[in-house]
Amino acid sequence: MADRRYTKSHEWVTVDGKTATVGITDFAQSQLGDVVFLELPSAGRKLAERESFGVVESVKAASDLYSPVAGRITAVNEKLAGKPELINSDPYGDGWILKLELTGDLPADLLDQAGYQKVTEASAH
Amino acid sequence: MPYLVHSPEERTEMLDAIGVKSMDELLVDIPRSLRIKELELPAGLSEFETMAQITALAARNRVFPDRLTFRGGGVYRRFIPAAVAAVTSKPEFYTAYTPYQPEASQGTLQAIYEFQTMIAELTALDVANASLYDGATAVAEAAMMAHIQTERTEVLVAGYLHPEYLEVLRAFSEGRGIKIRKGSEPSSKTAAVVFQQPDFLGLLTDAEALTEAAHRVGALAITCVDPISLAILKPPGEYRADIAVGEGQQLGLQPSYGGPHVGFIACRKELVRRLPGRLVGAAHDAAGRRGFVLALAAREQHIRREKATSNICTNHSLCALAASVYMTYMGPEGLRQIAEVSFRRAHSLAKRLAELPGWELAFPDRQFLNEFPVRVPKAPAMIRKLSRKGILGPLDVHRWFRELKGVVTFTCTEVNDPGAMDELLAVLES
Amino acid sequence: MSEPLSFELSRPGAQPPRLPEADLASPGPADILPAGMLRSNPPGLPRLSEPEIMRHYSRMASLNYSISEQFYPLGSCTMKYNPVANEAAASLPGFAALHPYQDEDTVQGALELMWRLERALCAIVGVDRVTLQPAAGAHGEWTALRMIQAYQRSRGEVRTEVLVPDSAHGTNPASAALSGFHVVEVKSGADGRLHLADLESKLSPRTAALMLTNPNTLGLFEREILDIAQLVHSAGAMLYYDGANLNAFMGICRPGDMGFDAVHMNLHKTFTTPHGGGGPGAGPVGVKAELVPFLPAPTVERTNGHLTLDFKRPRSIGRVRSFYGNFGMLVRAYTYIVAMGGDGLTQASKDAVLSANYLRKQIEGELEMPHEGPCMHEFVASARNLSHQGVRALDIAKALLDRDFYAPTIYFPLVVPEAIMVEPTETESKATLDAFAKAIKEIVAEARSNPQALHDEPKNLPVGRLDDVAAARHINSYLQGLSEDPVLRWKASV
Repeated sequence: MADRRYTKSHEWVTVDGKTATVGITDFAQSQLGDVVFLELPSAGRKLAERESFGVVESVKAASDLYSPVAGRITAVNEKLAGKPELINSDPYGDGWILKLELTGDLPADLLDQAGYQKVTEASAH
Repeated sequence: MPYLVHSPEERTEMLDAIGVKSMDELLVDIPRSLRIKELELPAGLSEFETMAQITALAARNRVFPDRLTFRGGGVYRRFIPAAVAAVTSKPEFYTAYTPYQPEASQGTLQAIYEFQTMIAELTALDVANASLYDGATAVAEAAMMAHIQTERTEVLVAGYLHPEYLEVLRAFSEGRGIKIRKGSEPSSKTAAVVFQQPDFLGLLTDAEALTEAAHRVGALAITCVDPISLAILKPPGEYRADIAVGEGQQLGLQPSYGGPHVGFIACRKELVRRLPGRLVGAAHDAAGRRGFVLALAAREQHIRREKATSNICTNHSLCALAASVYMTYMGPEGLRQIAEVSFRRAHSLAKRLAELPGWELAFPDRQFLNEFPVRVPKAPAMIRKLSRKGILGPLDVHRWFRELKGVVTFTCTEVNDPGAMDELLAVLES
Repeated sequence: MSEPLSFELSRPGAQPPRLPEADLASPGPADILPAGMLRSNPPGLPRLSEPEIMRHYSRMASLNYSISEQFYPLGSCTMKYNPVANEAAASLPGFAALHPYQDEDTVQGALELMWRLERALCAIVGVDRVTLQPAAGAHGEWTALRMIQAYQRSRGEVRTEVLVPDSAHGTNPASAALSGFHVVEVKSGADGRLHLADLESKLSPRTAALMLTNPNTLGLFEREILDIAQLVHSAGAMLYYDGANLNAFMGICRPGDMGFDAVHMNLHKTFTTPHGGGGPGAGPVGVKAELVPFLPAPTVERTNGHLTLDFKRPRSIGRVRSFYGNFGMLVRAYTYIVAMGGDGLTQASKDAVLSANYLRKQIEGELEMPHEGPCMHEFVASARNLSHQGVRALDIAKALLDRDFYAPTIYFPLVVPEAIMVEPTETESKATLDAFAKAIKEIVAEARSNPQALHDEPKNLPVGRLDDVAAARHINSYLQGLSEDPVLRWKASV
């Protein structure tokens, strides 16, 4: 699997050629609690870097989802409609959210594992 | 002093326990310059003196008997079974808090779940919420839902919507850049077509045609309905309206000079995530027992904060409880009878009034249920004359609609017995 | 104990109630209306006899906690005693039977009550006028922001931002957004109070208002309020007061004097109108002179002892609800104010502050206290010290329910992790406060010795912890057409 990168808003992205796969991190899902619903866009839509594209909801929280990269949505994880809990059980695997066809370079400020760890340590109370 | 509990000794004990010598040490954070000597209010009174004052204020109001009340305009005199007050005055209901701790709030939650079910049944729509403030804000909230759902910025108001509901709709729309247009032809900019059934004058509208017109341009159909009328009229769900709202005052609430009453809202399931306010759902505990909880709370202000559809937090729960008791007491047959008796009496009254010299039905080609507009020669004088005889006469609607000079609306419900109608006619004929 | 749903008790043959007949010869709906307008199937309301209905609701009532039976130390809610005299007042026919469209001459008592209530609230919070229209706190908040917006627009100013502390109640940003404002958060400092430097950095010509509660949601008085007001006004913005915590200082100081331009109040908190399981309440808003022209119409005016409704207010923001206000709640609040008087209200606030500090002292050894005392009428503790036991604020709350106390507010404000916000109010006896403190001690001891037991609580209530996650997932299944059970209503076939 390609090297995972992260955003400060707790999304992850992996890139394979021109295809990016996006999801939310393990830290994010543990903060949210059991995911009950996702509001997601349709395939075909173009997203700008850091554009808000949807919402992930638990019983006690609702978080906006921001795209780590600019691209055109080629696939939305259909399984999440019936099984939103995949985000909790397998946030980096079966709980992937979107696939995008990249329309630009990867942003320079995406975090690596160590960088993201610093973010989560700062967030944790 | 009333309702205060601590004795002077206890206050001293508590100060000692805290480790301070006086209240001043606890109020130390308040700048001296802000401290006031006292409130500019009279001193407190005994309960006896308090109630004497309050009763004196109440006595300065004129109470018209139910049976001699013929005025509607959104608030109606209905028979309210004793059961309603007997239930809403139970302290376990009226002094209960919002049901955020469901295990300790099953009474409230179950009652609201029953309310939601009954409203959904009456309107024939999929889901209803736990209540809103009143019919006016319910209309406004529904329009906001439509705006968010369609991303369009125009709301079309068709026909005679209650003028105060229209004012509230305008006030809500101001802040969100939504335009209100009056007319009957929606456009591609229209988020929703809003209409009232029966309308403010009591007349029946072609709800199906308006709904279809809305759908043809991709707008939502929002119908503001009279809950009692739904016992006999085709409900919104059956003519495929998207959202039904209304005022539930007729379901067991006193007129109370305009409030508190209760707004209701129901919608088809595709719109449920946009519903404002609270929703109660069924859930189970570890032992498999069924209970009720606040559901889909992530829509609400305390979670969604600035992205919530609405800011509503406290709603009108106790009023919804009253409505629940009323609807349960009536059942489908009782509600139908109330609606039919009101219909028959109103139609009899309308016929007799139309025979008075110079009087005519204002819209003779339109149907009505139990509220209807009549054009009369000298409306204000006639109403004053009735008042002098102890009758709360019709509502002069010219005050809101310039084109309706001389038009007044009469309402007749099950509380206006035929003898009362005779008394009314006798005064008008004299 | 449990109670079936009315729909589950319903039987097709149950006697409908006896109701008046038309008693005159006149056509019915089926005779006149076209068939296409008529309802084809009756609504699925339950069919029950009156004895069954009364039993049903009485049994449901017994499933509730309520302030009439339990202590509710809910921070920011001011769950004080609901005087029964208020109920008697509101149900007087001279109030309850009034039609809102009665001629003004026939409702002088009602209008006088509203006028006097307005004057009393002006005196309590230090403003020039008050609108009694808003039906609830959030409603009043939005009304206040709309007035501020209208005022600024009338001066040709376009201000698009509203500042809200990070400790604010969720309705604050929601109300701001509904008025078309962009919400900017201002940080709290380490001492729990508003961070002045952060405020200064966020004030700009775009700022319409700063929304503040004082004392703040941590129960701490904003000592620098006069400086805050000065900063906000210098930026040309207005200061809005969220009245949730007004119970802290009635008769001691007034928001109007602190520089607040719009002052919101909750009659169902400070002024004892009952919570009703979630309303109805009332959220009046007081304003200083500049905002008076923008008040919702109509206002109540008094000239030579005669009361009128003033609809001729060209700059009013319009109506925020139908008719004039939650009049029944206004009667209750006014009755309370008359009974208490200025002296009583002042003592009430003092006792509220005293009780909160006393209770804080009693439990400061058990839970973390993130901020230094003294507090005002409420305080925030944190259950963070029990996290390593796997015990959270939620567990403490549920354990309290099991001990016949309603739980304090938890997880609010957001700035304190595992927050437990406690507001005893002035109508709780010292004995009750001591009993609560004892319960906290027991629970914390249990957290240390047997944390798993806490996860299973409450055990003594009609139901245990309900699986709201499963319920939410079922609802979403239904909404997506994957299941037939709506969850949000009873359905026959399900």
